[in-house]
Amino acid sequence: MGNILLSIDAGTIEWSRAQFALTAIYHWLFVPLTLGLAVIMGIMETCYYRTKDSFWKDAAKFWQKLFGINFAMGVATGIILEFEFGTNWSNYSWFVGDIFGAPLAIEGIVAFFMESTFVAVMFFGWKKVSAGFHLASTWLTGLGATISAWWILVANAWMQYPVGCEFNPDTMRNEMVSFAEVALSPFAIDKFCHTVISAWIIGAVFTVAVSCWYLLKGREKKLAVESIRIGAIVGLVASVGAALTGHHSAFRVAEVQPMKLAAMEALYNGGARQSLTGIALVNPFEQPDYENEAEAPMKIAVPYALSILATNDPHGYVPGINDILNGYTKPDGTKEPSADEKIVRGKLAIEALAAYRQAKKEGADELTLNEQLSVLKENMPYFGYGYVRDKSELVPFVPVNFYAFRVMVGVGCLLILFFMVVLFFLYKKDIAAAPKWLHWAAIAMIPLAYIASESGWLVAEFGRQPWTIQDMLPTWASVSNLHSSSVMVTFFIFLVLFTTMLAVEINILLKQIKKGPEHENN
Amino acid sequence: MSYEFLQQYWWFLVSLLGALLVFLMFVQGANSLVGSLGGGAEGRRVVVNSTGRKWEFTFTTLVTFGGAFFASFPLFYSTSFGGAYWLWMIILFSFVLQAVSYEFQNKLGNLLGAKTFQMFLVINGILGPVLLGGAVATFFEGSNFIVEKDNLTGMQPVISQWANASHGLDALLNPWVLCFGFAVFFLARILGILYVMNNVNDENIRSRASVRLVGTTIAFLILFVSYLVHLLLKDGYSWQPETGEIYMEPYKYLNNFLTMWYLLVLLLVGVVLVLYGIIRTIVSKTYIGGIWPVGIGVVFTVLALLLCAGWNNTAYYPSTADLQSSLTITNSCSSEFTLKTMAFVSLLIPLVLAYIVVAWRKIDSKKIDKEEIANDEAY
Repeated sequence: MGNILLSIDAGTIEWSRAQFALTAIYHWLFVPLTLGLAVIMGIMETCYYRTKDSFWKDAAKFWQKLFGINFAMGVATGIILEFEFGTNWSNYSWFVGDIFGAPLAIEGIVAFFMESTFVAVMFFGWKKVSAGFHLASTWLTGLGATISAWWILVANAWMQYPVGCEFNPDTMRNEMVSFAEVALSPFAIDKFCHTVISAWIIGAVFTVAVSCWYLLKGREKKLAVESIRIGAIVGLVASVGAALTGHHSAFRVAEVQPMKLAAMEALYNGGARQSLTGIALVNPFEQPDYENEAEAPMKIAVPYALSILATNDPHGYVPGINDILNGYTKPDGTKEPSADEKIVRGKLAIEALAAYRQAKKEGADELTLNEQLSVLKENMPYFGYGYVRDKSELVPFVPVNFYAFRVMVGVGCLLILFFMVVLFFLYKKDIAAAPKWLHWAAIAMIPLAYIASESGWLVAEFGRQPWTIQDMLPTWASVSNLHSSSVMVTFFIFLVLFTTMLAVEINILLKQIKKGPEHENN
Repeated sequence: MSYEFLQQYWWFLVSLLGALLVFLMFVQGANSLVGSLGGGAEGRRVVVNSTGRKWEFTFTTLVTFGGAFFASFPLFYSTSFGGAYWLWMIILFSFVLQAVSYEFQNKLGNLLGAKTFQMFLVINGILGPVLLGGAVATFFEGSNFIVEKDNLTGMQPVISQWANASHGLDALLNPWVLCFGFAVFFLARILGILYVMNNVNDENIRSRASVRLVGTTIAFLILFVSYLVHLLLKDGYSWQPETGEIYMEPYKYLNNFLTMWYLLVLLLVGVVLVLYGIIRTIVSKTYIGGIWPVGIGVVFTVLALLLCAGWNNTAYYPSTADLQSSLTITNSCSSEFTLKTMAFVSLLIPLVLAYIVVAWRKIDSKKIDKEEIANDEAY
């Protein structure tokens, strides 16, 4: 009865993906600044609490104002993201809701209430609560945002590396069997550290850039210099931290998502002692002919570096796209099946599930049921492959992964250098009298840092395609049964709404920066 | 903790969140009246700042309500949100508009102008309660969906689908859904009026609020009593625990209240508290604490209604397209392990409530007035 009502077409899937990507990209414009500024303003208010110097209070209030303008947009885009799992990815929500829903609920109970309660005290409580209570509120606002990041990243990490669950053929869904495995998955820990630290970089870049603008204008010198001091130290520590946690993340990706790594590297044919591509000529608009090309043209690479990145061993084996599609032998001697074999086994799992359900309806004996269950269990690791029609669907769009990875790493390295130069001028020279190019460079770092940060998410999410949950559920088995025109309309509504609001926010931020801090003593 | 207990417990928690959400919609109620309560631009700003200290609680409760439903009853989350797409999208759009409107409206460089953002608050103040109320009414009136889990073994494996192309907007064609939706809307307005009277130190605003209270209460009572009578007399969606079969039962919700007499007591206490708070506010010139008895009464009343929708072998999300697709707390809930794990997490709720109370009291230690808006941090 149900199937005749299905109206899913390729458009529904693509528009649903586009809508989720749009919302996530917009959301990530605001969240890292929230997380980053929370640290900066927390440090400044702590300085005020310790010294009672009103300068620090003015400084903290100034950054809190900018924080507040940005915070509202993070909240507005965040609500859509949570509900889009249900509205646009309803099958996903059922298939893994037993596991995936828990981190979202915990995020609401533990983090959102902390954030929303104390942010009101932070903004409106300066004259209503004690200095200690206010300081605690400021830090708790940041802590709430960070705990929120933890739980949503636990959920996201689980999509990349689904652990702690089992499929239940009677309920037709995956069910959680270990909360600890889900909440403390090594993938989640790496993802949290890398993401939150990278958010601190955005906060630091923003602080340094705004301060440099004041120096260019010859205004607010003390605020600018002290803000640069805090911002640059946080920025350098965070940039180095992001590089280290990034290496950890890449190591995990190599372990559990080798196709993503192969796409990031445009590595068509792998092997031992692999070099890391610095740059190569990959057509940004087309999927490369990975089956017939040996490697991307005009490749300039660092010898052994990919093997080190992926395996911590310069001689380590790294599979390429064709190896993964055709099957390969891992260094420990185990054989990774080919994509075709996985597809066959996935279909066997789905057929066994259908047979089990039918047999149960007909009241079959336990022996018959167990036979089907045994086939299902044996092939369950490849269940998601049963929905795949052709192995080419298993290859993510290489150009996005390839270039986004390089932008992220390249800008990340540039930021380390940038913060070192800023700190050099701060401690060895006079940052206020530094050459103007440095101040302009700081302002130019804002878009660059955002592009790098968004690129990280492009790698994470595009690299997982076609899966919503790695190896378990492809996008076309995850969507809601909607007509593509409905999703297209909401996509454009979101696009117009968020773009307008972004323009308003940027304009308000610029005016607020131009206005500068209010000085209590005046 | 048995599986059955956990299902009941989580329905209770979701219902409690729903009840708290309706109470917290005083923010929407007051915003929908911002023009008439505020009088001029200065007064409007006072009202906006009054609700602006609390809007995040409403917003967060809505998000947590969604998250808790996802975690505890994922089949509802997937069926309702994916099916009634347009209904939920309109609700979400209105809350997105609200989220930015407070912060942006009076800031320098606001490209759209303060009036646009105040209009956004009014839009959310009307659409939010009406549509959320309408969504709750579908718990009793039914929705047009089909669930077929065996689809998962086909090449188009979506298990839940809406049985018509309206994707949720069809609910608004049901007069009883509209009746309940507008009852919630007027209730939110009553709460908003009482909240502003309590939170704002401005005689003009208070007297304007007092005038609006009478008419709003009459509209609410007509709609609410009509729906309550309809609910108690209508056939309801029942299910057989042994077979899982869903069937229509005459006077189901009346029977539920009679069987679960404690819910009837809760409902009556709630209604009495609501009436007490409103009547005392209308009669007394000096009484401004009506928000508390009315607020508590609203929580009790909504909690009783939502528990009546899900407990006592009732299908809380009935399907009018295919009766057997209807959702019950048993056939739509998470696994025992997940419910148990989440039950431990729910032990943190009293702690959360405690710090909310502390922060709320600190922020409300001084009533908002025009002087504060002029000299202190304000939207």
